[in-house]
Amino acid sequence: MSFISYLVNGISLGSVYAIIALGYTMVYGIAKMLNFAHGDVIMAGAYVVMVAISGAGLPPLAAVLVAVVFCTILGVVIESVAYRPLLNAASSLAVLITAIGVSYLLQNIALLIFGANTKSFSSVVPVPALVLAGGRLTIAGETIVTIFSCIVIMIGLSLFIKKSKAGQAMLAVSEDKGAAQLMGINVNGTIALTFAIGSALAAIAGVLLCSAYPSLNPYTGAMPGIKAFVAAVFGGIGSIPGALIGGILLGIIEIFGKAYISSQMADAIVFGVLIIVLIVKPTGILGKNIQEKV
Amino acid sequence: MKMKKAISAVLAATMAMALLAGCGSGSGSDSGSGSSGSGETGGSQEAFRIGAIGPVTGGAAVYGEAVKNGAELAVKEINEAGGIGGKQIEYKYEDDEHDAEKAVNAYNTLKDWGMHALLGTVTSAPCVAVGEVSQADNIFMLTPSGTAVECVQYDNAFRVCFSDPMQGLESAKYIGENGLAKKVAAIYDSSDVYSTGIYEAFVKEAENQDFEVVAAEAFTAESKTDFSVQLQKAKDAGAELVFLPFYYTEASLVLKQASGMNYEPIFFGCDGMDGILAVEGFDVNLANNLMFMSPFTPTSEDETIQKFVTDYQDAYGDTPNQFAADAYDGMYAIKAAMEEAGVTPDMSSSDICDALKDAMTKISIDGVTAKGLTWEADGEPSKEPMVVRIADGDYAVVE
Amino acid sequence: MTMKKMSKTTKSNMITYLMVIVIFLVVEILVFTGNVSSLLQGLLVPLCAYIILAVSLNLTVGILGELSLGHAGFMCVGAFTSAFFSKCTVDTITASGLRYFLALLIGAAAAGICGILIGIPVLRLKGDYLAIVTLAFGEIIKNIVNILFIGRDSNGFHFSTKDSLSLGLEDGGKVIVNGPQGITGTPKDSTFFIGVVLILVTLFIVLNLIHSRSGRAIMAIRDNRIAAESVGINITKYKLMAFSISASLAGVAGVIYAHNLATLTAQPKNFGYNMSIMILVFVVLGGIGNMRGSIIAAIILTLLPELLRSLSDYRMLIYAVVLIVMMLFNWSPKAIEWRGKYSSKFRRKNKKSTKEAA
Repeated sequence: MSFISYLVNGISLGSVYAIIALGYTMVYGIAKMLNFAHGDVIMAGAYVVMVAISGAGLPPLAAVLVAVVFCTILGVVIESVAYRPLLNAASSLAVLITAIGVSYLLQNIALLIFGANTKSFSSVVPVPALVLAGGRLTIAGETIVTIFSCIVIMIGLSLFIKKSKAGQAMLAVSEDKGAAQLMGINVNGTIALTFAIGSALAAIAGVLLCSAYPSLNPYTGAMPGIKAFVAAVFGGIGSIPGALIGGILLGIIEIFGKAYISSQMADAIVFGVLIIVLIVKPTGILGKNIQEKV
Repeated sequence: MKMKKAISAVLAATMAMALLAGCGSGSGSDSGSGSSGSGETGGSQEAFRIGAIGPVTGGAAVYGEAVKNGAELAVKEINEAGGIGGKQIEYKYEDDEHDAEKAVNAYNTLKDWGMHALLGTVTSAPCVAVGEVSQADNIFMLTPSGTAVECVQYDNAFRVCFSDPMQGLESAKYIGENGLAKKVAAIYDSSDVYSTGIYEAFVKEAENQDFEVVAAEAFTAESKTDFSVQLQKAKDAGAELVFLPFYYTEASLVLKQASGMNYEPIFFGCDGMDGILAVEGFDVNLANNLMFMSPFTPTSEDETIQKFVTDYQDAYGDTPNQFAADAYDGMYAIKAAMEEAGVTPDMSSSDICDALKDAMTKISIDGVTAKGLTWEADGEPSKEPMVVRIADGDYAVVE
Repeated sequence: MTMKKMSKTTKSNMITYLMVIVIFLVVEILVFTGNVSSLLQGLLVPLCAYIILAVSLNLTVGILGELSLGHAGFMCVGAFTSAFFSKCTVDTITASGLRYFLALLIGAAAAGICGILIGIPVLRLKGDYLAIVTLAFGEIIKNIVNILFIGRDSNGFHFSTKDSLSLGLEDGGKVIVNGPQGITGTPKDSTFFIGVVLILVTLFIVLNLIHSRSGRAIMAIRDNRIAAESVGINITKYKLMAFSISASLAGVAGVIYAHNLATLTAQPKNFGYNMSIMILVFVVLGGIGNMRGSIIAAIILTLLPELLRSLSDYRMLIYAVVLIVMMLFNWSPKAIEWRGKYSSKFRRKNKKSTKEAA
């Protein structure tokens, strides 16, 4: 019985990683950059929801909508001010470092506005917990909603990229920026759109993260952000279904490692498995193997 | 190549500016203290300079913030009441980001400023590092909340709070003597000094007590969002009481997840648990089975405490936690010791330190964390821990 | 042509060494005349550690062309092994110079071995995948150090991964490595002078490697792996060489760090990925592959938050803004173009004026 309960807990933790990883992988796929500030956009989104509910008295759904709009704008602003000027820089590392700067900036702005105190986030998920096997197994409503949203977002994103014109433009930009430009695609606009979508996803991830694990402070986003980054690489960075699989697997490994090996070694186990997977399959589980040409 | 040169040029220019700024601040403080930056503060000063160190940015900022405010409140009161022996206090707080190296930097900044005595540091590992340098300089330090044993290993260091082993020992004793449970589980942060210190002392004392530790599970700073496994193991082992020697930030998640899986043991925490009811938006019903050992309860009817809590709320808009209370008492302890020793601001900080070492063991203060608080020469305070139980969304002291 | 080029690089190297020596002398004179605040004096030794870290990471990032996010892990290995050694021998080896020298060797060797162990399987990964594996490695090291308990009594050493009680020490036994409390009471042997000497040694090793045959092979691999392989360069050997040298130099930095503070704990702040990223910031800001730049960037970014102390709450906010602005200024193609225009105008003017003067 406890095995199933661990499995459920692993999936529920993993689904939170997965939904954050979707934003990471999406931006990586198109802009080829690791957006280290993604976790902090999540934190910003969660604060906006909290303020909208407790401060402005909005209903939860409206508050989430406000957060999505806020984060979308935030994402586009960050992209155009801090990232776009470095898009064609001599090294791709430059934009990585700027992203770290943006991450510090967001954390410290939140610290100044909201203070260092941890705030308890009241869940916005209206779904009740699912009780199975006579009360011995409980699946939280947040888990159900997170997994459901993950799948919806994944399908939505895949369809958007495959079917819409803007999605096709994204694909083209991710394949070859120069060629895409020659074909008349607005590269900067496409990248901005990617950031807008990625940040909107971050807002939703923030709400779900803080609903499942209701504690919020300026550093809330940093650690899940890194874990989600690991999940994205695990599944094959740039691959949308990969983010989902990577996230859920990471959650399950973390919980099983704690449960069956050692709770002290949880991090070492998670990262150890990651290393082994990457040694066996160097581009992650669903990553494409790009042949290098001379 | 041209680009690299340009970069070097820009960087060199920035560095030159930075160095200039550095020299500027250095010489400024030197002229302030009237000697060559060795911590000796001769000259004629009109006020006592008391420094404090703790994190106000980074993950541990909440504790440093509380100490900063608590001490500031005490300084304000003392100055309004005429200061220490007629001399005012100048108070300066420096950030250490909960990092040993940064704490030493903060300490040196305060030394340049001409500090006479130090209230700090807030967290344990930085406190040990600062203890080492302050001992070499012979500057008096009183940590409000550095709980590790080594924090007060030198004779110039004292503390306001309980030590880690003391908390673990007292918790185990309390649980055993009051027969709270026969089967106990412990969850602790294996990457944290405070948490591991208490946990070890707890397990050690548990052998002498009439209960059994049936599960001991850890978590780390990198994975502290999900506690389902630790709770499941405690539940499977049939623990009636779960010992949580860590801070309320994580504890609020533990309580929430335990209620999610319908597990309702008694939860027992240490002083880090204090403040859980003040967490904005926290569902107080989750904490109804919670007990913890704390020297300070903001809801106590005691007059001193009530005044402290009201003043603190007026000034900072928050309910003070145990860190703020420790800092408040710490500042008053420094005042009492300085008056006992009869030191004056024109003495060197080393002479003040020698006088205070002796005076600390003679004073007794009625503070907000204890009545008749006294110190031993080894730096430990002597006060009785109180056990607080949360009932109906409020703190209540258990006799 | 080649002669000229050679002499140019030698000249550039000389400037780098000279810069370090001049900075050292200036600081020493200032300290001697009592013009340096305690804050700056306290920063000198950590600064040496950061400079060595930046230079050694630049070897991996700039010369080998691989992104490593686990440099703090190697530093952690060097710090803990050497602190363990010093703590054990503090009573038996009383000559602090000899003890420190041995600690340095041990720290460097341990970190270097870790570099080889992690390098063999992972150096065939590319780009961000290698970055994430090194990050993972750093986190594993930190996790392991945090659960490691080592004690010593008359029966020898005792190990445990649970807690200090299960070491089963007899009375009078001492816990040396105490899990998350780490190692307390390491002798404070690091000095600014030793630090500067080690910086010079590091620079000597790295600069000589770059301009040696092996260095050219490493850079050939960076620029085009397949082409390098086709002319018979042993990819694994050279990659591993650069990576393990870089790791052991990071270990040296760890030794300096450990012997400067009384307490050594493995926190996310000092040995986590945050620190690795911090070092990477030094390297990128200073210019990838530019050792002198790394040194300068390490100095500026270590001093900056300390000098901003008077701004208290806004300190880290301003640090973040300055970092972003410096990055944009140094790396954005537009800014570089603008700077190029400006400086060439300036230079032309200068030339003109010198001509006129003549």
